[in-house]
Amino acid sequence: MTDQTNTAPGPAHPTALTKVREVVFSSPIALIATVLVTIIVLAAIFAPVVSPHDPVRLTPSERLKPPSELYWLGTDAYGRDLVSRIIYGGRISLVVGVGAAVFAVLSGLFLGLMAGYIRWLDAVLMRMVDGLMAIPNILLAIAIVSLWGAGLWTVLIAITIPEVPRVVRLVRSVVLSAREEPYVEAAIAAGSSTFLIMRRHLLPNTIAPLIIQGTYICASAILVEAILSFLGAGINPETPSWGNIMAEGRIYFQINPGIVLWPGLVVSVTILAINLLGDAVRDALDPRMAKRGIDR
Amino acid sequence: MVGYIIQRILAAIPVMGFVALFVFLMLRLTPGDPAAIIAGDTATPEQLDRIREALGLNDPLHIQFITWIGNLLQGEFGTSVISGKPVIELIQARMEPTISLALTTIILSVLIAVPLGVIAAWKHGTLIDRFVMLISVLGFSVPVFVIGYLMISLFSMQLNWFPVQGFRPIGDGLGEFLHRIALPTFTLTLLYIALIARITRTSMLEILGDDYIRTARAKGLPEARVLMRHALRNCSVPIITVIGIGFALIISGVVVTESVFNLPGLGRLTVDAVLARDYPVIQAVILLASLIYVVVNLLIDIAYVLLDPRIRYS
Amino acid sequence: MSDQLLEIENLRIALDGNPDQQVVKGLNLSIRPGQTTCLVGESGSGKSLTALATMGLLPKVLQTIEGSIKIKGEEVLTASPGRLRTLRATAMSMIFQEPMTALNPVARVGQQIEEVLEFHSDMSQGARKKRTLEMMEAVHLPDVEKMYRSFPHQLSGGQRQRIMIAMALIMRPQLLIADEPTTALDVTTQAQILSLIRELREQQGTAVLFITHDMGVVSEIADDVTVLKLGEVMETQQVEQLLRHPQTDYTRDLLRSVPSQVPRPPSPAASDEVVLRTEDLCKTYGGTGLIRKGREVRAAQDVNLTLTHGRTLGIVGESGSGKSTVARCIMRLIDPTSGKIMVGDEDIAVMKQSDLKARRKKFQIVFQDPMRSLNPRREIGESIIEGPLNFGVSRAEAMERARDLLELVGLPGSAIDRFPHQFSGGQRQRVAIARALAMDPDILVADEAVSALDVSVQAQVLDLLADLQERFGLGILFITHDLGVAAQICDEVMVMQTGKVIEYGPAGEVLGNPKQDYTKALIAAAPGRHWDFANFRPFSEAPASAATPANQS
Repeated sequence: MTDQTNTAPGPAHPTALTKVREVVFSSPIALIATVLVTIIVLAAIFAPVVSPHDPVRLTPSERLKPPSELYWLGTDAYGRDLVSRIIYGGRISLVVGVGAAVFAVLSGLFLGLMAGYIRWLDAVLMRMVDGLMAIPNILLAIAIVSLWGAGLWTVLIAITIPEVPRVVRLVRSVVLSAREEPYVEAAIAAGSSTFLIMRRHLLPNTIAPLIIQGTYICASAILVEAILSFLGAGINPETPSWGNIMAEGRIYFQINPGIVLWPGLVVSVTILAINLLGDAVRDALDPRMAKRGIDR
Repeated sequence: MVGYIIQRILAAIPVMGFVALFVFLMLRLTPGDPAAIIAGDTATPEQLDRIREALGLNDPLHIQFITWIGNLLQGEFGTSVISGKPVIELIQARMEPTISLALTTIILSVLIAVPLGVIAAWKHGTLIDRFVMLISVLGFSVPVFVIGYLMISLFSMQLNWFPVQGFRPIGDGLGEFLHRIALPTFTLTLLYIALIARITRTSMLEILGDDYIRTARAKGLPEARVLMRHALRNCSVPIITVIGIGFALIISGVVVTESVFNLPGLGRLTVDAVLARDYPVIQAVILLASLIYVVVNLLIDIAYVLLDPRIRYS
Repeated sequence: MSDQLLEIENLRIALDGNPDQQVVKGLNLSIRPGQTTCLVGESGSGKSLTALATMGLLPKVLQTIEGSIKIKGEEVLTASPGRLRTLRATAMSMIFQEPMTALNPVARVGQQIEEVLEFHSDMSQGARKKRTLEMMEAVHLPDVEKMYRSFPHQLSGGQRQRIMIAMALIMRPQLLIADEPTTALDVTTQAQILSLIRELREQQGTAVLFITHDMGVVSEIADDVTVLKLGEVMETQQVEQLLRHPQTDYTRDLLRSVPSQVPRPPSPAASDEVVLRTEDLCKTYGGTGLIRKGREVRAAQDVNLTLTHGRTLGIVGESGSGKSTVARCIMRLIDPTSGKIMVGDEDIAVMKQSDLKARRKKFQIVFQDPMRSLNPRREIGESIIEGPLNFGVSRAEAMERARDLLELVGLPGSAIDRFPHQFSGGQRQRVAIARALAMDPDILVADEAVSALDVSVQAQVLDLLADLQERFGLGILFITHDLGVAAQICDEVMVMQTGKVIEYGPAGEVLGNPKQDYTKALIAAAPGRHWDFANFRPFSEAPASAATPANQS
C-alpha cells in the first residue's frame, strides 16, 4: 500500500558492451551468424595472407581446371584460382555493404530528423522519398552505373541512393511517434528548445532501429552489388568481386558450374549471416520493431 | 470516399513529377558529355551532334526539361540510339514474357506464402514457425540468379525436367507455356514467398494479440473461423500492400531472371540497353516501372477503402 | 454435485508454469446460480487472470499449475478444446474492459452477434437474425435494424458494450463474466450499463462474476464480494457486511482510500493573488482542408476561469468535454484559436514559442500516464533537472535540488540515478511531480494525474499534492473525470460538457447543490454515492455533526 517505501533496485542500465554480448549469445543462430561474419571479415582483411594464389594472374595453361589439391575449387576460364578470387572478392562486397549502410543511415537520419520536425520540409521531402521509392532499385542502380561509369564510388552511390528513402521514413516515423509522447511534451513544458529535444529525446530513440536497419542495408547492398556485377553493370570486370566471378562463369556453366555456384554459396551465406545478425539485434534491442515498419 | 480517392490521385502527381525530374537529371548531370557517354568512345563528331540534337542537349536545362516532359505526355518516348526504332515499339514487343513471368510468380507466391504465414503465426514459436522464418530469411539472402542457376543445374541438367532457357507465348498452348516458364517462376517466387509470408506472419501475430480475437474465442468459435474470418480479414491491408508493391517492383527481379533464363522480355531489353548505353530505352523503362508503381499504389489505396469500413464510412 | 454454479478451488496460475512465479496463489471462489459476485482488487491482484482462466483464455505465457474450476460441476481446466468452446457460449460468457477494441472493426456488429448462434444453435438463418434483433432490443439498442448493419466504429462506447452484452447473453448462459466492463466508459454510461446488467440478471437469472477495482461499483451491483491482493484472497463477504465490517486491514485501507463524494471544505485563501486567468478561451479543430472541408469541432468554447494563489480549481467532465483541451491550451502544448490566457499580467495565448520559453517556469504540468511522461531511456535525475538546466542553473546545483525534491515527494534522494522502469506507477507520478516542482512554478496543471493509479496510491498522491500546495502556495488546475477526486481536492469546480462550461463555482456549491441538470445527472450517476466508505456506513446513517469524511482530517 505504501508505494514510497521500497524502490526496487532493478537491473542497472546495460552498457553497449553488455548489449553486444547479449545479442551474440542470445541464440545459437546469432552465435553462428557472428562467427561466420567474423570469419568472412577477417578473410577479406587478410586476403593477401590467406589466399593460396594470386587472384589476378592469368595462367592460360590452367584454364577451367576441376577442383584439385592445388586449386581447391578449380580455376576459371583464364586459369585463375577460384578460392583466391573469392577471398579477394569479399573485400569489394564488404566495402560496398558497410559503405552503403553507413552512407544511407547517416543521410537518412539527417533527412528524417528534418522531415519529422520541420513541417513544410516534410511535405517536399516525403514526395521526393515516394518518388525515389517508385523506381525499382536494380533499375535505378544499373542506370546510374551505366551513365556514370563503373567505378567503386559509382557503384556505392548507385546502391546507396535507393536505400535512403526507407531510412528517412523510418527515422521520420520514430520522430513523429516520439513527438506525441508525454515526455516530449514535458520537455516542451520545461522550456527545452527544439534542438535540445531532438538531441535528448528523439535521437536516442532512433539509434536502435537504425542499427538494425543498417544491418539489413548492408546485406541488401552486398546482394545488389552481386546482381549489378552479374548483369555486367557493376564494378570493373577486371576486379575480382563475387558478382564478377559469377558473371564470367556464366558461359561455362554447363562445363564447370562451380564457377557460378561457389561464389553464389559464399555470397548467400554472407548475406544470410548478416541478416540473421540483424534479426538477433532486433530481437535483443526492441522486440516490437517489426511493428514499426522495419522490413526488408 | 470519392473525395478520398481524388485526394490519392492528386497526391500521385507530384510523385510522378519527381520521378521524371530525377530520371531527367540523372542523364544531364552525368560527369562529362552525355552524348559521348551514349555514343561510346568510337563515335564520330557527326554522330555526337546527331545524338545531341536527338536528346535536345543543346538547349538550356529548364527548356530541355519542359520539352522533354511535353514529349513524354504525348507518348513520345524517343527512339533507340542503337536500333533507331521508337522506344515504345521496342517495349511493346517485349511485354508478354515479362507480364507472364510477373503474374505466374505473384500467383504462385500468394498461394504458397499466405497459408504459410498464417500457419506460422498460429503455431508461433513451433518448428513450423521456425521453418517459415528460415525460408523467408533465405529468400532475402540468396541472390535470384544463384537460385536460378541452382534450379538449372538440378531440374534441367540433372533431372532434365525443364528446358534450360527460352520462352513460348501462351498462345502456343498452355502446356508448353507453363513448361517453359516454370523454372523462371520457381526462381523468382522464393523471394516473393519470403516477402509475403513474412508480412503475413508479422501482421497475423499482431492481430492475434488484439482484443477482438479474444472476444471471438470467448464466443466459442472454432479456431479456423477465428483465424480466417477475424484475424486474416483484418490483416488484408498490409498483405495486399506488400503484394501490390512486390508486383510493382518485380521488374528488379525480372531483369535478373530473364537474364539467367534468356527470356526475351523487358528485363533483357533493359540489360541490353544498359550495356549498349541506349539511354532513351533505359529512361522509358524506368518511367514505365515507376508509373506502374504509382498506379498500383493508387489501387492499393482504393483497396483500403473497400476493405476497411473505418475509411469507407468517414 | 453441489448447488454451486461456479466453483474455483485452490487455483494457482504461474508465469511460464513456474511455481516460484505465481500470480494467482490458491484462490477459492464459488458462485450460486443467479448471484452477483464482485472480485475486487488493485492492479496485480490477479482478478482478471482468474476470469480468463475460467474461460480457458489465459495467454500462453501463463499456466494454471494447480486447482480446479468447475462450471455446473464440469471441470473446465481439463475440458477438450471442442467442449470448452461449447461451454464458452452456452454455460458461461465474458465481456471485457475495452468495448472500443473488443469488437472486430471490419465486421458488422449484427453479424458478430449472430455468429454465436451460427456455431452453437441449429437455427435457420432467418431465425438467427430474428433472435439477434430481439437480443439487441433486449439490451436497449435503438433502431436495431440499422444498428445490425453498423460497423463498430460507428457506435459509441456504451453502444459497443451493449453489443458485447447481447453477444454474451444470446445463448442464455448461466454465468456472465464481466471484466471491468464499465471502467473505460463515462460515468453516465457506466450507470446505464450497470443497470442493464442488473436488469438482464433479473430477467434471465444469470449469475455474474463482476471484476472491478471500484468500490463504488461494488456497492451498486454486488451480492457477495471477494477481495484479492497479489493473487491471494483477503476476504469474502456479503457486500453490506464487507462495507460495514471489513475483516482485514487491507480491505479497511482500501475502503478508506475511496474518495468521498462529499466536497471538502475550501482551504482558506492564502491571498487573492490571481495566478492564472483565461478570457473567452476557444479551441476549434478542423474546418480546413483543400479538397474536403473537414468537420469543425469546437473542443473548447468561451472558457473563463480564474485560479488564485494556493487554491485548487477542478475541471470535471466526461470524455469529449474539452477539459484536457483547456489544460493543453494553457500549457501551450496546443495553440488556442482565440481568447486570452493571462499568466500573472501577461497574455501567453498568442505569444511566440521563443518568447514563451522564458515564461514556462511559471506553469508546469503533470500528465496522466507516469510511464509515458518520463523518458524511459533517461535517469530520473536527468528528467528532473532538464528544466532548471534550460534556465541556466548549474548541473551540480540542479542535481542537489533534485535530490531534495525527491525527498520532498517521498522518495529517497539516492534514487536519482534510477530509470523510470525501476519505479512503481505511484512512484513515477511522484517523480513527475518533483520534475514540475523543480521549476518553482506558480501554477501546476494536473491532467488526470491520479486516474491511472490504484485507489490507495491515488489517495497518497492527492495527499502529497495538498501538502505541496500548502507549502508552496501552488495554484493547481486539476483536470479529472472523477467527481470523488474532485470533491476531495478542489476549492472551485468547473463542469464542462462538449466544450462548453456548464457550471462553475465553489466546490461545495457545484457538487453539493448543483444548479444545472447536467451536473445533477453526473452526480447521480456516480457509483456508490450513498456510501461513506471511509467511515464504513451509508451517508444516511452519518451523525449530523460529522459530515466531514474521516480521511480528510
